[in-house]
Amino acid sequence: MSEPLLQAINLECERDERTLFRNLSFSILPGTVTRVEGPNGSGKTTLLRILAGLNDAWTGELLWCGEPRRLRRESFLRNMLYLGHRPGIKPLLTPLENLRALTAGRYPMDDEVLLRALSGTGLDGFEHVPSRNLSAGQQRRVALARLLIADEPLWLLDEVFTAIDVQGVEAIEALLQQRAEEGGAVVVTTHHDLDLPAMQRISLGEGDWDDS
Amino acid sequence: MWQFFHKLGSPKWFYGISTRLMPWLLVIGTALLMAGIVWGLAFAPKDYLQGDSYRIIFIHVPTAFLAQSAYIMMAVAAVVTLVWRMKLADVFVKAVAPVGLVITFLSLFTGAVWGKPTWGTWWIWDARLTSMLILLFLYGGVIALDRAINDEKSAARAVAVLVLVGVVNIPIIKYSVEWWNTLHQPATFKLTEKPSMPAEMWVPLLLAVLGMYLIFGWLACIRMQTEILAREQKTRWVKDLVMAGRH
Amino acid sequence: MTAKAPDIRPVTASVGVAQAMKSVFLRDVRVAFRQRQDLLNPLLFCVMVVTLFPLGVSPEVSFLREAGAGILWVAALLSVLLSLDHLFRHDFDDGTLEQLVLQPQPLFLLVLAKTVAHWILTGLPLVVLTPVLGVMVQLPGNSIAVLCLTLLIGTPVLSLIGSIGAALTLGLRSAGVLLSLLIIPLYIPVLIFGTGTVAAASEGAPVGAYLALMGAFLVLAVTLAPFASAAALKISLSNS
Repeated sequence: MSEPLLQAINLECERDERTLFRNLSFSILPGTVTRVEGPNGSGKTTLLRILAGLNDAWTGELLWCGEPRRLRRESFLRNMLYLGHRPGIKPLLTPLENLRALTAGRYPMDDEVLLRALSGTGLDGFEHVPSRNLSAGQQRRVALARLLIADEPLWLLDEVFTAIDVQGVEAIEALLQQRAEEGGAVVVTTHHDLDLPAMQRISLGEGDWDDS
Repeated sequence: MWQFFHKLGSPKWFYGISTRLMPWLLVIGTALLMAGIVWGLAFAPKDYLQGDSYRIIFIHVPTAFLAQSAYIMMAVAAVVTLVWRMKLADVFVKAVAPVGLVITFLSLFTGAVWGKPTWGTWWIWDARLTSMLILLFLYGGVIALDRAINDEKSAARAVAVLVLVGVVNIPIIKYSVEWWNTLHQPATFKLTEKPSMPAEMWVPLLLAVLGMYLIFGWLACIRMQTEILAREQKTRWVKDLVMAGRH
Repeated sequence: MTAKAPDIRPVTASVGVAQAMKSVFLRDVRVAFRQRQDLLNPLLFCVMVVTLFPLGVSPEVSFLREAGAGILWVAALLSVLLSLDHLFRHDFDDGTLEQLVLQPQPLFLLVLAKTVAHWILTGLPLVVLTPVLGVMVQLPGNSIAVLCLTLLIGTPVLSLIGSIGAALTLGLRSAGVLLSLLIIPLYIPVLIFGTGTVAAASEGAPVGAYLALMGAFLVLAVTLAPFASAAALKISLSNS
């Protein structure tokens, strides 16, 4: 058994005077897919943002490779990919320019590689169209193209299936499965009924926690 | 040291200690302020240049002092909020900002009242008046930002950043306003200050200043207590406190 | 679960700070040039504000000559203020701000890159426009030159201080008005020294010391403001 990438110990988060979760502990191991589930408003997105380091209204402990995350901020950020429900696509830029800007701060890539990734998400012929002319689903696909070239061991994906058509959903499921087999760790929140073999679940909801 | 610091951060502990402290602050503060004001207004000698009108300094000077020190205190609390995330510090900032605003306004108002007989006008763009006016704006900004953010913790930290940016700016503002003032108004209206005040004047002034600080402390405590009760209303000790109050 | 984990990349494997800053800067410039009207708006606004003074107060040469530098400075200040709302808002709305905060490079440097882009897109054009406006308000050539210099040093300070306010009010209702309330008091020293320098120059006094002082403001703003903005951005994002 390999060492956990990310470890949460007794996480507690309160929002607008309501406790979203308490005593939440879990480990994210390499080679696993973890699904965060629960009804609307149960704090799935908040939990993911906490894990990504975007939300700091929480108490408890988060360990990155066994050390407190705040001490290893740079290493954590370098090795974690977060896709929020706002896809991070500038409407005025083309998909190619967007992808280039999103990867430039991490691992600059040749345009060829980026174009291949875009074509891999079914955006052939749209590479040079301003993104505002694309549909919501296509815009998300631009963000998802990052997953085809990402080298980060930990992916945190928020509502990754939103606005994606049936074939797209299947492709993403396959991609997550493949990623886990390669040894990457993926954490997703979704309303979509995702069921992969050996998937870890973190259930958020009314009062009782269960991270079996 | 850390133990003490930790304790200091506990709202419950603060509530207890401040409840015991407050009557003293109020009683001694009022006594000092009254003594200073009565002495100053009725018994201190007339100023040989300004006659009786100078007597407003017994209110004006304490408010002007406090207006500035309250902002400095907020800045210290802001550092504590950002570095140690101490709850009590942001309660302090939130509670004190409106008090600071009112005090600053009072100091401007008494300044204007003093200006009328001395300078012949309610308002002049004197360096000190102008920088107090800007201080009033800073307080206003802090309060506006605090009200605009719903989430308590985010509000506390955002306000702390703003207060700190403001405190870095205060000396710059003061300096630039003074420079501007000498540039535009070469000493037309200079406060006629004598090099030294006689003791019959500065002793009552000192009393009034001390009294004002203590009353400010009392106001801060009472406002902090209210804020603490509102924030901690779900905790056991607040419930116990409320139940005990009913008997 | 025997698969080998993808290696944890050492920090040194990430892109250098300078290159990341350049990429942030270029993206902002590129976006701005796709929406050219947004570049023109602050300039038009500035011209209009300046126009109001001769119409509203007096077109007398003596008045304009005396008040001209102040009018231009106030107009430039308000234009910068107006444009600040856009500094982070679009990035916030479309999610690129989250991605910026999660880049491995120090956030304050990336924020600095954005602020520099903001200055080049709004402050610098205002400086370029100043001679024309200066002629319109009857300023003598010498004053116009000094005015341009003060704006050249002063407008970056406006962008830098303004970025703090923009970050603090991100995602709030009526953020625009609130932003002005927070930032205008902090702009006062720059305004005073900007106009004061021109006034000194018109009286024939040497202005080197004044300009040096404004330079000191700029240095102070460059060193401190990005930290405050970065902290404020994290707070605002945490709240969303």
